[in-house]
Amino acid sequence: MAAPTPGLNRFYLVLGAVALAGIAWLVYQVGKPSGVSIPVNVTVLAADTAGFRGYLMGSPDAPVEVSEFADYQCPACENFESIQFPSVQEQLIATGMVRWRYRDFPLEMHPHARVAAHAAACADEQSKFWEMHSLIYARQSVWSRVRNASAVFSDYAGEVGLDVNRYDECMKSAKYAGRIQASVDEGIKLGVNGTPTFLIGGRLYSNVLGSDSLRALVRALLPKPTQ
Amino acid sequence: MGIATLSLAGLFIAIYMYLYKIGKIGSLVCGTGACETVQLSPQARFLGVEVALIGVFGYAVMLLLALLALQSRFAGPAWPSRLLAILSGVAVLFTAYLTYLELFVIHAICRWCVGSAAVIILIFGLSLRDLRRVPVAS
Repeated sequence: MAAPTPGLNRFYLVLGAVALAGIAWLVYQVGKPSGVSIPVNVTVLAADTAGFRGYLMGSPDAPVEVSEFADYQCPACENFESIQFPSVQEQLIATGMVRWRYRDFPLEMHPHARVAAHAAACADEQSKFWEMHSLIYARQSVWSRVRNASAVFSDYAGEVGLDVNRYDECMKSAKYAGRIQASVDEGIKLGVNGTPTFLIGGRLYSNVLGSDSLRALVRALLPKPTQ
Repeated sequence: MGIATLSLAGLFIAIYMYLYKIGKIGSLVCGTGACETVQLSPQARFLGVEVALIGVFGYAVMLLLALLALQSRFAGPAWPSRLLAILSGVAVLFTAYLTYLELFVIHAICRWCVGSAAVIILIFGLSLRDLRRVPVAS
């Protein structure tokens, strides 16, 4: 029989100490607060909006404006974004018929919706709102189920080419919490009570509109050509 | 001893990843890497099982085998060392596959996965070295 390995007991002690240190670190990681939180129902100051009324896509001279009140964590909004919006963009926005205005309307039932809206606002600071907006919607099923979505959004910030340090600072500051709340308040005042809701020609449409219905609504609002 | 220490390190990495995956940890300490992107990708599951969980079991078995191999009664037949070499060899191949997925499918690199890859390669190297030391039974 081979002789016992010298110093084996000491090794077990060291290994046990390493194991204890590892367990302590894991316990710390489980217990530490998770990520950025964007306050809800903040008092909106005039400086929060400073004239900002949503994210615009399309020609400022377009004859029809469509405002979409949406929530990044709402499955119906994701559905509209992925299925209907590409046609809307191609047929109505790119052709100069429609100016699209995206308004945040994060619902209380969706825990990460406000953080997602803030992540998109921080991307807007670096002129990458629509890139971040599309990526957040495209990966909704991924970030919706994590505990700390802000860490996932930080990865997305890198993916869309943002200066991640600047983006992270923006997220930590929660500086757009008031602006998001202002958008929610305005939506409530207009009568929005679910997402997505569309404001077209002064009328609210709370059902998910297909691109065909939208096209018909927009066509009806277009100025008639003079004979 | 080296294999046991490395297996313990690998076990903690795998547990850390798994705790994140099941939502017990809010965010991964990842520096500038894209750990969340990798961990939340569809490729983080293999045949319906979380890759991190496979890691937890794999490293736990290797730790057990490494501790057994240190016992003098296993010095002769040395089946724990042989099993360790086989298991870590398979793990190296699996890690190579996962690294391929990170680079060419997910297009993101997770530093913890790189750490785990380094650990498993070292374990495999040490287990091969240990095999050479073991007298082959005739």
